[in-house]
Amino acid sequence: MARAAGIGGSFGRERTTLHAWLMLAPAMILLVAFTHYPALATIWHSFFSTPKGARPARFIGAENYAVLADDPVFWLVLKNNLIYALGTVPLSIGIALAMALWVNGRIRGKAAMRMAYFVPTVLPMIAVANLWLFFYTPDYGLIDRMTRLLFGWGPTNWIGSQETALGAMMMVAIWKEAGFFMIFYLAALQAIPPVLHEAAAVEGASRFYTFRRVTLPLLGPTTLFIAVNAVINGFRLVDHIIVMTHGGPDNATALLLTYIYDVGFRYWDTALASALTVVLLLILCLLAAAQFLLMGRRTHYR
Amino acid sequence: MSAIPTSSGPVRRGGLDLGHWLETAAAWLLAIIWAAPLLYAVWAAFHPTGYAARFELTAPLTLNNFVAAWHAAPFPRYFLNTVLLVTFVTGAQFVLCTLAAFVFARSRSRWMGLLFALVLVQLMIMPDMLIVENYRTMRALGLVDTIFAIGLPYVASGFGIFLLRQTFMQVPKELEDAARVEGCGTWAILWKVYVPLARPTYLAYGLTSVAYHWNNFLWPLVITNTVNTRPLTVGLAVFASTDQGIDWAIISAATLLTAAPLLLSFLLFQRQFVQSFMRAGIR
Repeated sequence: MARAAGIGGSFGRERTTLHAWLMLAPAMILLVAFTHYPALATIWHSFFSTPKGARPARFIGAENYAVLADDPVFWLVLKNNLIYALGTVPLSIGIALAMALWVNGRIRGKAAMRMAYFVPTVLPMIAVANLWLFFYTPDYGLIDRMTRLLFGWGPTNWIGSQETALGAMMMVAIWKEAGFFMIFYLAALQAIPPVLHEAAAVEGASRFYTFRRVTLPLLGPTTLFIAVNAVINGFRLVDHIIVMTHGGPDNATALLLTYIYDVGFRYWDTALASALTVVLLLILCLLAAAQFLLMGRRTHYR
Repeated sequence: MSAIPTSSGPVRRGGLDLGHWLETAAAWLLAIIWAAPLLYAVWAAFHPTGYAARFELTAPLTLNNFVAAWHAAPFPRYFLNTVLLVTFVTGAQFVLCTLAAFVFARSRSRWMGLLFALVLVQLMIMPDMLIVENYRTMRALGLVDTIFAIGLPYVASGFGIFLLRQTFMQVPKELEDAARVEGCGTWAILWKVYVPLARPTYLAYGLTSVAYHWNNFLWPLVITNTVNTRPLTVGLAVFASTDQGIDWAIISAATLLTAAPLLLSFLLFQRQFVQSFMRAGIR
Protein backbone atom coordinates (compact mmCIF):
# COMPACT_ATOMS: atom_id res chain seq x y z
CA MET A 1 0.00 0.00 0.00
CA ALA A 2 2.53 2.56 1.07
CA ARG A 3 4.44 2.43 -2.15
CA ALA A 4 5.81 5.92 -2.18
CA ALA A 5 7.55 8.15 0.24
CA GLY A 6 6.85 11.88 0.35
CA ILE A 7 3.27 12.97 0.37
CA GLY A 8 2.10 9.37 -0.19
CA GLY A 9 -1.38 7.93 0.25
CA SER A 10 -3.65 8.45 -2.72
CA PHE A 11 -0.79 10.34 -4.25
CA GLY A 12 1.48 7.55 -5.33
CA ARG A 13 4.07 8.71 -7.79
CA GLU A 14 6.35 11.70 -8.00
CA ARG A 15 4.10 13.59 -10.38
CA THR A 16 1.06 13.21 -8.16
CA THR A 17 3.09 14.34 -5.18
CA LEU A 18 3.56 17.58 -7.04
CA HIS A 19 -0.19 17.57 -7.70
CA ALA A 20 -0.86 17.24 -3.99
CA TRP A 21 1.27 20.25 -3.14
CA LEU A 22 -0.38 22.24 -5.91
CA MET A 23 -3.81 21.35 -4.55
CA LEU A 24 -2.81 22.43 -1.10
CA ALA A 25 -1.03 25.62 -2.12
CA PRO A 26 -3.90 28.07 -2.83
CA ALA A 27 -5.64 27.43 0.48
CA MET A 28 -2.42 27.45 2.48
CA ILE A 29 -1.10 30.65 0.88
CA LEU A 30 -4.33 32.54 1.58
CA LEU A 31 -4.55 31.10 5.06
CA VAL A 32 -1.05 32.29 5.86
CA ALA A 33 -1.62 35.67 4.21
CA PHE A 34 -4.79 36.53 6.14
CA THR A 35 -4.48 34.61 9.39
CA HIS A 36 -0.92 33.69 10.32
CA TYR A 37 0.88 36.64 8.80
CA PRO A 38 -1.45 39.28 10.30
CA ALA A 39 -1.35 37.54 13.69
CA LEU A 40 2.44 37.81 13.71
CA ALA A 41 2.61 41.21 12.00
CA THR A 42 0.34 42.73 14.61
CA ILE A 43 2.88 41.78 17.29
CA TRP A 44 5.65 43.42 15.27
CA HIS A 45 3.64 46.57 14.58
CA SER A 46 2.63 46.92 18.20
CA PHE A 47 6.22 47.90 18.99
CA PHE A 48 6.12 50.86 16.60
CA SER A 49 4.47 54.25 16.74
CA THR A 50 1.55 55.21 14.50
CA PRO A 51 2.81 57.09 11.44
CA LYS A 52 1.42 60.62 11.37
CA GLY A 53 1.54 62.68 8.20
CA ALA A 54 5.17 62.91 7.07
CA ARG A 55 6.44 61.23 10.25
CA PRO A 56 6.95 57.50 9.59
CA ALA A 57 6.46 54.79 12.18
CA ARG A 58 9.45 54.35 14.49
CA PHE A 59 10.38 51.69 16.99
CA ILE A 60 9.19 52.61 20.47
CA GLY A 61 9.50 49.31 22.30
CA ALA A 62 6.72 48.50 24.72
CA GLU A 63 5.37 52.04 24.89
CA ASN A 64 2.02 51.11 23.36
CA TYR A 65 1.55 48.53 26.08
CA ALA A 66 2.50 51.09 28.72
CA VAL A 67 -0.15 53.40 27.31
CA LEU A 68 -2.70 50.58 27.55
CA ALA A 69 -1.70 49.76 31.11
CA ASP A 70 -2.34 53.39 32.08
CA ASP A 71 -5.59 53.56 30.15
CA PRO A 72 -8.57 53.07 32.49
CA VAL A 73 -10.81 52.45 29.47
CA PHE A 74 -8.65 49.47 28.48
CA TRP A 75 -9.10 47.83 31.88
CA LEU A 76 -12.81 48.54 31.81
CA VAL A 77 -13.03 47.01 28.34
CA LEU A 78 -11.18 43.94 29.55
CA LYS A 79 -13.53 43.60 32.50
CA ASN A 80 -16.59 44.08 30.30
CA ASN A 81 -15.41 41.44 27.86
CA LEU A 82 -14.79 39.00 30.70
CA ILE A 83 -18.31 39.53 32.02
CA TYR A 84 -19.70 39.31 28.50
CA ALA A 85 -17.96 35.98 27.82
CA LEU A 86 -18.69 34.49 31.26
CA GLY A 87 -22.35 35.43 30.91
CA THR A 88 -23.02 34.47 27.31
CA VAL A 89 -21.06 31.19 27.13
CA PRO A 90 -22.82 29.10 29.81
CA LEU A 91 -26.24 30.65 29.23
CA SER A 92 -26.26 30.15 25.49
CA ILE A 93 -25.04 26.56 25.86
CA GLY A 94 -27.61 25.77 28.53
CA ILE A 95 -30.46 27.31 26.57
CA ALA A 96 -29.32 25.55 23.39
CA LEU A 97 -29.37 22.20 25.18
CA ALA A 98 -32.86 22.82 26.60
CA MET A 99 -34.08 23.84 23.14
CA ALA A 100 -32.65 20.72 21.53
CA LEU A 101 -34.17 18.44 24.16
CA TRP A 102 -37.57 20.07 23.73
CA VAL A 103 -37.50 20.02 19.96
CA ASN A 104 -36.28 16.42 20.01
CA GLY A 105 -38.90 15.34 22.57
CA ARG A 106 -42.61 14.86 22.20
CA ILE A 107 -43.85 18.39 22.65
CA ARG A 108 -46.70 19.78 20.54
CA GLY A 109 -45.77 21.97 17.59
CA LYS A 110 -42.13 20.93 17.43
CA ALA A 111 -41.61 22.13 13.87
CA ALA A 112 -42.82 25.65 14.59
CA MET A 113 -40.80 25.73 17.78
CA ARG A 114 -37.62 24.66 16.04
CA MET A 115 -38.19 27.38 13.49
CA ALA A 116 -38.68 30.03 16.16
CA TYR A 117 -35.48 28.99 17.94
CA PHE A 118 -33.48 28.94 14.76
CA VAL A 119 -34.68 32.19 13.18
CA PRO A 120 -32.26 34.53 15.00
CA THR A 121 -29.33 32.63 13.50
CA VAL A 122 -30.39 33.61 10.02
CA LEU A 123 -31.23 37.25 10.70
CA PRO A 124 -28.40 39.72 10.18
CA MET A 125 -27.16 41.00 13.54
CA ILE A 126 -27.35 44.54 12.21
CA ALA A 127 -30.98 44.22 11.25
CA VAL A 128 -31.73 42.55 14.54
CA ALA A 129 -29.95 45.28 16.48
CA ASN A 130 -32.44 47.83 15.18
CA LEU A 131 -35.35 45.69 16.34
CA TRP A 132 -33.87 45.16 19.77
CA LEU A 133 -33.28 48.89 19.96
CA PHE A 134 -37.02 49.28 19.73
CA PHE A 135 -37.62 46.54 22.32
CA TYR A 136 -35.33 48.31 24.75
CA THR A 137 -36.80 51.78 24.18
CA PRO A 138 -37.73 53.29 27.55
CA ASP A 139 -41.42 53.53 28.33
CA TYR A 140 -42.99 52.48 25.04
CA GLY A 141 -40.62 49.71 24.05
CA LEU A 142 -41.93 46.16 24.35
CA ILE A 143 -39.81 45.19 27.34
CA ASP A 144 -40.88 48.17 29.41
CA ARG A 145 -44.51 47.47 28.56
CA MET A 146 -44.09 43.88 29.71
CA THR A 147 -42.39 44.78 32.96
CA ARG A 148 -45.07 47.40 33.62
CA LEU A 149 -47.83 44.91 32.93
CA LEU A 150 -46.28 42.09 34.97
CA PHE A 151 -44.45 43.84 37.81
CA GLY A 152 -45.69 47.42 37.64
CA TRP A 153 -42.17 48.76 37.02
CA GLY A 154 -41.59 52.27 35.75
CA PRO A 155 -39.69 53.06 32.56
CA THR A 156 -36.11 51.75 32.46
CA ASN A 157 -33.42 53.03 30.12
CA TRP A 158 -32.10 49.54 29.39
CA ILE A 159 -29.29 50.45 27.04
CA GLY A 160 -28.81 53.99 28.27
CA SER A 161 -27.79 53.26 31.83
CA GLN A 162 -24.49 51.82 33.00
CA GLU A 163 -26.03 49.07 35.14
CA THR A 164 -28.18 47.42 32.52
CA ALA A 165 -26.51 48.18 29.17
CA LEU A 166 -24.02 45.31 29.16
CA GLY A 167 -26.68 42.85 30.29
CA ALA A 168 -28.94 44.03 27.49
CA MET A 169 -26.16 43.42 24.97
CA MET A 170 -25.54 39.95 26.41
CA MET A 171 -29.21 39.13 26.05
CA VAL A 172 -29.08 39.95 22.34
CA ALA A 173 -25.95 37.81 21.88
CA ILE A 174 -27.48 34.81 23.67
CA TRP A 175 -30.67 35.21 21.68
CA LYS A 176 -28.63 35.27 18.49
CA GLU A 177 -26.42 32.23 19.04
CA ALA A 178 -28.50 29.76 21.11
CA GLY A 179 -30.51 28.55 18.12
CA PHE A 180 -27.37 27.87 16.14
CA PHE A 181 -25.88 25.79 18.94
CA MET A 182 -29.20 23.97 19.24
CA ILE A 183 -28.69 22.54 15.74
CA PHE A 184 -25.49 20.82 16.84
CA TYR A 185 -27.13 19.38 19.95
CA LEU A 186 -30.09 18.28 17.87
CA ALA A 187 -27.82 16.47 15.43
CA ALA A 188 -26.05 14.77 18.34
CA LEU A 189 -29.30 13.80 20.08
CA GLN A 190 -30.68 12.24 16.94
CA ALA A 191 -27.51 10.22 16.55
CA ILE A 192 -27.95 8.57 19.95
CA PRO A 193 -29.25 5.04 19.37
CA PRO A 194 -32.83 4.77 20.72
CA VAL A 195 -31.84 1.40 22.21
CA LEU A 196 -29.99 3.21 25.00
CA HIS A 197 -33.07 5.10 26.12
CA GLU A 198 -35.23 2.01 25.81
CA ALA A 199 -32.78 0.09 27.97
CA ALA A 200 -32.87 2.85 30.56
CA ALA A 201 -36.68 2.83 30.46
CA VAL A 202 -36.74 -0.96 30.96
CA GLU A 203 -34.49 -0.55 33.96
CA GLY A 204 -37.04 1.91 35.32
CA ALA A 205 -34.70 4.89 35.28
CA SER A 206 -36.39 8.26 35.71
CA ARG A 207 -36.27 10.80 32.90
CA PHE A 208 -33.84 12.98 34.80
CA TYR A 209 -31.61 10.03 35.66
CA THR A 210 -31.58 8.87 32.04
CA PHE A 211 -30.68 12.38 30.94
CA ARG A 212 -27.86 12.67 33.46
CA ARG A 213 -26.35 9.23 33.01
CA VAL A 214 -27.11 8.39 29.37
CA THR A 215 -27.79 11.50 27.29
CA LEU A 216 -25.45 14.04 28.86
CA PRO A 217 -22.25 11.95 28.69
CA LEU A 218 -22.93 11.20 25.04
CA LEU A 219 -23.24 14.92 24.37
CA GLY A 220 -19.77 15.60 25.77
CA PRO A 221 -17.89 16.07 22.48
CA THR A 222 -20.71 18.25 21.11
CA THR A 223 -20.65 20.40 24.22
CA LEU A 224 -16.92 20.89 23.83
CA PHE A 225 -17.31 21.88 20.18
CA ILE A 226 -20.09 24.31 21.06
CA ALA A 227 -18.12 25.69 24.00
CA VAL A 228 -15.17 26.51 21.74
CA ASN A 229 -17.49 28.37 19.40
CA ALA A 230 -19.30 30.14 22.22
CA VAL A 231 -16.01 31.32 23.71
CA ILE A 232 -14.85 32.69 20.36
CA ASN A 233 -18.22 34.39 19.94
CA GLY A 234 -17.69 35.93 23.36
CA PHE A 235 -14.95 38.00 21.74
CA ARG A 236 -16.19 38.18 18.16
CA LEU A 237 -19.93 38.88 18.40
CA VAL A 238 -19.93 42.67 18.67
CA ASP A 239 -21.87 43.88 15.61
CA HIS A 240 -24.94 44.76 17.63
CA ILE A 241 -22.88 46.73 20.13
CA ILE A 242 -21.36 48.87 17.40
CA VAL A 243 -24.82 49.68 16.08
CA MET A 244 -26.82 49.89 19.32
CA THR A 245 -24.55 51.61 21.82
CA HIS A 246 -21.22 52.43 20.12
CA GLY A 247 -19.73 50.95 23.29
CA GLY A 248 -21.50 53.49 25.50
CA PRO A 249 -22.83 54.75 27.81
CA ASP A 250 -19.43 55.76 29.16
CA ASN A 251 -17.81 52.61 27.70
CA ALA A 252 -20.14 50.40 29.73
CA THR A 253 -20.61 48.09 26.74
CA ALA A 254 -17.22 48.50 25.06
CA LEU A 255 -15.53 45.15 24.40
CA LEU A 256 -12.05 44.38 23.12
CA LEU A 257 -13.10 44.15 19.48
CA THR A 258 -15.24 47.30 19.55
CA TYR A 259 -12.35 49.09 21.23
CA ILE A 260 -9.98 47.84 18.52
CA TYR A 261 -12.40 49.19 15.94
CA ASP A 262 -12.67 52.55 17.70
CA VAL A 263 -8.95 52.99 18.24
CA GLY A 264 -7.94 51.66 14.84
CA PHE A 265 -10.60 53.07 12.54
CA ARG A 266 -12.07 56.08 14.31
CA TYR A 267 -9.00 57.59 15.96
CA TRP A 268 -6.71 55.88 13.40
CA ASP A 269 -4.17 55.00 16.07
CA THR A 270 -3.22 51.77 14.30
CA ALA A 271 -0.20 51.02 16.49
CA LEU A 272 -2.28 51.07 19.66
CA ALA A 273 -4.93 49.01 17.89
CA SER A 274 -2.22 46.49 17.04
CA ALA A 275 -1.25 46.25 20.70
CA LEU A 276 -4.92 45.73 21.58
CA THR A 277 -5.14 42.99 18.97
CA VAL A 278 -2.15 41.29 20.56
CA VAL A 279 -3.98 41.29 23.89
CA LEU A 280 -7.03 39.75 22.24
CA LEU A 281 -4.94 37.07 20.52
CA LEU A 282 -3.13 36.33 23.77
CA ILE A 283 -6.41 35.75 25.56
CA LEU A 284 -7.61 33.47 22.77
CA CYS A 285 -4.36 31.49 22.87
CA LEU A 286 -4.67 31.03 26.63
CA LEU A 287 -8.23 29.84 26.19
CA ALA A 288 -7.17 27.47 23.40
CA ALA A 289 -4.49 26.01 25.66
CA ALA A 290 -6.99 25.64 28.50
CA GLN A 291 -9.45 23.89 26.22
CA PHE A 292 -6.72 21.63 24.90
CA LEU A 293 -5.83 20.56 28.44
CA LEU A 294 -9.49 20.05 29.27
CA MET A 295 -9.97 17.95 26.16
CA GLY A 296 -6.89 15.89 27.05
CA ARG A 297 -8.28 15.16 30.51
CA ARG A 298 -11.65 14.24 29.08
CA THR A 299 -10.20 11.64 26.79
CA HIS A 300 -8.29 10.17 29.71
CA TYR A 301 -11.46 10.09 31.70
CA ARG A 302 -13.21 7.93 29.13
CA MET B 1 -48.27 4.72 26.05
CA SER B 2 -51.46 2.70 26.51
CA ALA B 3 -53.67 3.82 29.31
CA ILE B 4 -53.94 0.75 31.50
CA PRO B 5 -55.63 1.84 34.69
CA THR B 6 -53.70 0.67 37.72
CA SER B 7 -54.04 1.73 41.29
CA SER B 8 -50.89 3.84 41.29
CA GLY B 9 -51.28 4.93 37.68
CA PRO B 10 -53.33 8.13 37.94
CA VAL B 11 -51.19 9.68 40.66
CA ARG B 12 -47.95 9.10 38.81
CA ARG B 13 -49.43 10.18 35.52
CA GLY B 14 -50.77 13.32 37.15
CA GLY B 15 -47.30 14.23 38.38
CA LEU B 16 -45.79 13.57 35.00
CA ASP B 17 -48.44 15.60 33.27
CA LEU B 18 -47.85 18.64 35.45
CA GLY B 19 -44.12 18.43 34.76
CA HIS B 20 -44.74 17.96 31.08
CA TRP B 21 -47.21 20.82 31.05
CA LEU B 22 -44.73 23.17 32.75
CA GLU B 23 -42.02 22.15 30.32
CA THR B 24 -44.25 22.75 27.34
CA ALA B 25 -45.12 26.17 28.69
CA ALA B 26 -41.45 27.04 29.20
CA ALA B 27 -40.57 25.80 25.72
CA TRP B 28 -43.29 27.91 24.16
CA LEU B 29 -42.43 30.97 26.19
CA LEU B 30 -38.86 30.71 24.96
CA ALA B 31 -40.06 30.21 21.40
CA ILE B 32 -42.19 33.35 21.63
CA ILE B 33 -39.30 35.40 23.00
CA TRP B 34 -37.01 34.06 20.29
CA ALA B 35 -39.49 34.82 17.52
CA ALA B 36 -40.60 38.16 18.93
CA PRO B 37 -38.21 40.45 17.05
CA LEU B 38 -39.12 38.91 13.71
CA LEU B 39 -42.84 38.94 14.52
CA TYR B 40 -42.56 42.55 15.54
CA ALA B 41 -40.68 43.42 12.36
CA VAL B 42 -43.45 41.84 10.30
CA TRP B 43 -46.08 43.78 12.26
CA ALA B 44 -44.34 47.13 11.97
CA ALA B 45 -43.35 46.70 8.35
CA PHE B 46 -46.85 45.94 7.09
CA HIS B 47 -48.67 48.68 9.02
CA PRO B 48 -48.54 52.48 8.79
CA THR B 49 -45.93 54.19 10.95
CA GLY B 50 -48.50 55.22 13.52
CA TYR B 51 -49.07 51.59 14.49
CA ALA B 52 -45.41 50.74 15.05
CA ALA B 53 -45.98 50.78 18.79
CA ARG B 54 -49.74 50.34 18.87
CA PHE B 55 -50.98 46.83 18.49
CA GLU B 56 -54.55 46.79 17.23
CA LEU B 57 -55.93 43.96 15.17
CA THR B 58 -57.89 46.38 13.02
CA ALA B 59 -54.83 48.35 11.94
CA PRO B 60 -54.78 48.83 8.17
CA LEU B 61 -52.24 46.90 6.12
CA THR B 62 -49.82 48.63 3.77
CA LEU B 63 -46.80 47.97 1.61
CA ASN B 64 -45.70 51.61 1.61
CA ASN B 65 -42.94 51.01 4.13
CA PHE B 66 -41.19 48.62 1.76
CA VAL B 67 -41.48 51.09 -1.07
CA ALA B 68 -40.18 53.89 1.14
CA ALA B 69 -37.26 51.80 2.41
CA TRP B 70 -36.38 50.62 -1.09
CA HIS B 71 -36.17 54.21 -2.32
CA ALA B 72 -34.65 55.75 0.80
CA ALA B 73 -31.34 53.96 0.31
CA PRO B 74 -29.59 52.32 -2.65
CA PHE B 75 -30.81 48.88 -1.63
CA PRO B 76 -30.77 47.35 -5.13
CA ARG B 77 -27.05 48.11 -5.33
CA TYR B 78 -26.45 46.76 -1.79
CA PHE B 79 -28.30 43.58 -2.76
CA LEU B 80 -26.15 43.15 -5.83
CA ASN B 81 -22.99 43.68 -3.78
CA THR B 82 -24.02 41.13 -1.18
CA VAL B 83 -24.98 38.57 -3.80
CA LEU B 84 -21.65 39.06 -5.58
CA LEU B 85 -19.77 38.80 -2.30
CA VAL B 86 -21.54 35.65 -1.12
CA THR B 87 -21.21 33.96 -4.51
CA PHE B 88 -17.52 34.74 -4.69
CA VAL B 89 -16.72 33.66 -1.14
CA THR B 90 -18.76 30.46 -1.10
CA GLY B 91 -17.68 29.41 -4.58
CA ALA B 92 -14.00 30.01 -3.90
CA GLN B 93 -14.28 28.32 -0.50
CA PHE B 94 -15.77 25.20 -2.07
CA VAL B 95 -12.95 24.89 -4.58
CA LEU B 96 -10.03 25.70 -2.29
CA CYS B 97 -11.30 23.79 0.73
CA THR B 98 -12.14 20.73 -1.35
CA LEU B 99 -8.64 20.57 -2.80
CA ALA B 100 -6.93 21.09 0.53
CA ALA B 101 -9.25 18.75 2.45
CA PHE B 102 -8.67 15.98 -0.11
CA VAL B 103 -4.92 16.17 0.41
CA PHE B 104 -5.30 16.31 4.19
CA ALA B 105 -7.63 13.30 4.18
CA ARG B 106 -5.56 11.09 1.93
CA SER B 107 -1.93 12.08 2.16
CA ARG B 108 0.33 10.27 4.59
CA SER B 109 3.17 12.75 4.45
CA ARG B 110 4.67 13.64 7.80
CA TRP B 111 4.18 17.34 7.02
CA MET B 112 0.43 16.98 7.04
CA GLY B 113 0.12 17.00 10.82
CA LEU B 114 1.91 20.32 11.10
CA LEU B 115 0.08 21.88 8.16
CA PHE B 116 -3.28 20.74 9.48
CA ALA B 117 -2.49 22.26 12.86
CA LEU B 118 -1.86 25.53 11.02
CA VAL B 119 -5.30 25.21 9.44
CA LEU B 120 -6.93 24.61 12.82
CA VAL B 121 -5.41 27.83 14.16
CA GLN B 122 -8.00 29.68 12.11
CA LEU B 123 -10.84 28.08 14.07
CA MET B 124 -9.64 30.14 17.02
CA ILE B 125 -8.06 33.21 15.45
CA MET B 126 -10.50 34.33 12.80
CA PRO B 127 -10.02 37.10 10.25
CA ASP B 128 -12.75 39.00 12.13
CA MET B 129 -10.25 39.76 14.84
CA LEU B 130 -7.38 40.74 12.57
CA ILE B 131 -9.08 43.73 10.97
CA VAL B 132 -6.21 46.13 11.69
CA GLU B 133 -3.51 44.10 9.95
CA ASN B 134 -5.73 42.85 7.15
CA TYR B 135 -6.70 46.43 6.40
CA ARG B 136 -3.02 47.27 6.18
CA THR B 137 -2.51 44.37 3.75
CA MET B 138 -5.45 45.38 1.59
CA ARG B 139 -4.19 48.95 1.44
CA ALA B 140 -0.78 47.71 0.35
CA LEU B 141 -2.44 45.62 -2.35
CA GLY B 142 -4.58 48.57 -3.45
CA LEU B 143 -7.75 46.60 -2.76
CA VAL B 144 -9.44 48.86 -0.20
CA ASP B 145 -13.11 49.42 -1.05
CA THR B 146 -13.52 46.41 -3.32
CA ILE B 147 -15.89 43.46 -2.96
CA PHE B 148 -12.92 41.20 -3.63
CA ALA B 149 -11.24 42.52 -0.47
CA ILE B 150 -14.32 41.84 1.67
CA GLY B 151 -14.26 38.18 0.72
CA LEU B 152 -10.58 37.37 0.27
CA PRO B 153 -9.56 36.86 3.94
CA TYR B 154 -12.34 34.29 4.36
CA VAL B 155 -11.73 32.25 1.22
CA ALA B 156 -9.28 29.79 2.79
CA SER B 157 -11.63 28.67 5.54
CA GLY B 158 -10.20 26.55 8.32
CA PHE B 159 -13.69 25.42 9.26
CA GLY B 160 -14.41 24.34 5.68
CA ILE B 161 -11.18 22.41 5.30
CA PHE B 162 -11.72 20.73 8.66
CA LEU B 163 -15.30 19.77 7.86
CA LEU B 164 -14.56 18.38 4.40
CA ARG B 165 -11.51 16.50 5.63
CA GLN B 166 -13.64 14.77 8.27
CA THR B 167 -16.14 13.79 5.59
CA PHE B 168 -13.51 12.66 3.08
CA MET B 169 -11.85 10.48 5.69
CA GLN B 170 -15.06 8.50 6.06
CA VAL B 171 -15.03 7.58 2.37
CA PRO B 172 -14.11 3.86 2.17
CA LYS B 173 -10.74 3.21 0.59
CA GLU B 174 -12.30 0.40 -1.45
CA LEU B 175 -14.36 2.86 -3.46
CA GLU B 176 -11.25 4.76 -4.38
CA ASP B 177 -9.36 1.57 -5.27
CA ALA B 178 -12.26 0.45 -7.43
CA ALA B 179 -12.24 3.77 -9.27
CA ARG B 180 -8.51 3.48 -9.74
CA VAL B 181 -8.91 0.01 -11.25
CA GLU B 182 -11.46 1.53 -13.62
CA GLY B 183 -8.68 3.81 -14.75
CA CYS B 184 -9.60 7.03 -12.94
CA GLY B 185 -6.82 9.49 -12.13
CA THR B 186 -6.57 11.55 -8.93
CA TRP B 187 -8.78 14.33 -10.30
CA ALA B 188 -11.45 11.93 -11.50
CA ILE B 189 -11.45 10.16 -8.14
CA LEU B 190 -11.88 13.44 -6.30
CA TRP B 191 -14.62 14.60 -8.62
CA LYS B 192 -16.51 11.32 -9.08
CA VAL B 193 -16.05 9.60 -5.73
CA TYR B 194 -15.32 12.10 -2.97
CA VAL B 195 -17.31 15.17 -3.94
CA PRO B 196 -20.63 13.36 -4.57
CA LEU B 197 -20.35 11.48 -1.28
CA ALA B 198 -19.76 14.73 0.59
CA ARG B 199 -22.90 16.42 -0.72
CA PRO B 200 -24.57 16.77 2.73
CA THR B 201 -21.43 18.42 4.06
CA TYR B 202 -21.39 20.85 1.16
CA LEU B 203 -25.00 21.77 1.84
CA ALA B 204 -24.47 22.30 5.57
CA TYR B 205 -21.24 24.19 5.09
CA GLY B 206 -22.59 26.17 2.15
CA LEU B 207 -25.65 27.37 4.05
CA THR B 208 -23.57 28.26 7.10
CA SER B 209 -21.10 30.12 4.96
CA VAL B 210 -23.75 31.98 2.97
CA ALA B 211 -25.46 33.03 6.21
CA TYR B 212 -22.16 34.12 7.72
CA HIS B 213 -21.16 36.31 4.82
CA TRP B 214 -24.63 37.62 4.10
CA ASN B 215 -24.67 38.85 7.69
CA ASN B 216 -21.03 39.74 8.24
CA PHE B 217 -20.60 43.34 9.33
CA LEU B 218 -17.43 44.53 10.99
CA TRP B 219 -14.85 43.73 8.31
CA PRO B 220 -17.07 45.00 5.45
CA LEU B 221 -17.69 48.16 7.50
CA VAL B 222 -13.96 48.70 7.80
CA ILE B 223 -12.91 47.88 4.25
CA THR B 224 -15.70 49.57 2.25
CA ASN B 225 -16.57 53.21 2.04
CA THR B 226 -18.75 53.71 -1.03
CA VAL B 227 -22.20 52.64 -2.17
CA ASN B 228 -20.71 50.55 -4.96
CA THR B 229 -19.05 48.11 -2.61
CA ARG B 230 -21.11 48.18 0.58
CA PRO B 231 -22.98 44.97 1.32
CA LEU B 232 -26.53 45.01 2.71
CA THR B 233 -25.52 44.91 6.35
CA VAL B 234 -23.29 47.97 6.13
CA GLY B 235 -25.83 49.71 3.94
CA LEU B 236 -28.55 49.03 6.47
CA ALA B 237 -26.42 50.33 9.32
CA VAL B 238 -25.64 53.52 7.41
CA PHE B 239 -29.31 53.88 6.54
CA ALA B 240 -30.55 53.33 10.09
CA SER B 241 -28.02 55.68 11.67
CA THR B 242 -28.36 58.70 9.38
CA ASP B 243 -31.08 61.30 8.85
CA GLN B 244 -34.11 59.00 9.26
CA GLY B 245 -34.71 59.93 12.84
CA ILE B 246 -36.08 56.61 13.92
CA ASP B 247 -38.97 55.43 11.81
CA TRP B 248 -39.50 51.91 13.13
CA ALA B 249 -41.88 51.00 10.32
CA ILE B 250 -39.36 51.78 7.57
CA ILE B 251 -36.45 50.25 9.49
CA SER B 252 -38.50 47.09 10.00
CA ALA B 253 -39.30 46.96 6.30
CA ALA B 254 -35.63 47.40 5.43
CA THR B 255 -34.74 44.70 7.94
CA LEU B 256 -37.15 42.24 6.38
CA LEU B 257 -35.87 43.07 2.90
CA THR B 258 -32.31 42.40 4.05
CA ALA B 259 -33.11 39.13 5.74
CA ALA B 260 -35.77 37.76 3.40
CA PRO B 261 -33.65 35.79 0.91
CA LEU B 262 -31.76 34.04 3.66
CA LEU B 263 -34.87 33.44 5.73
CA LEU B 264 -36.67 31.88 2.78
CA SER B 265 -33.79 29.62 1.81
CA PHE B 266 -33.49 28.35 5.37
CA LEU B 267 -37.20 27.69 5.57
CA LEU B 268 -36.87 25.64 2.40
CA PHE B 269 -33.78 23.73 3.47
CA GLN B 270 -34.52 23.44 7.19
CA ARG B 271 -34.83 19.66 7.31
CA GLN B 272 -31.87 18.96 5.04
CA PHE B 273 -29.83 21.42 7.01
CA VAL B 274 -30.19 19.56 10.31
CA GLN B 275 -29.67 16.22 8.64
CA SER B 276 -26.61 17.49 6.82
CA PHE B 277 -25.08 18.49 10.11
CA MET B 278 -25.79 15.03 11.45
CA ARG B 279 -24.22 13.30 8.51
CA ALA B 280 -21.32 15.70 8.35
CA GLY B 281 -20.42 14.39 11.76
CA ILE B 282 -20.16 17.72 13.57
CA ARG B 283 -21.09 16.42 16.93
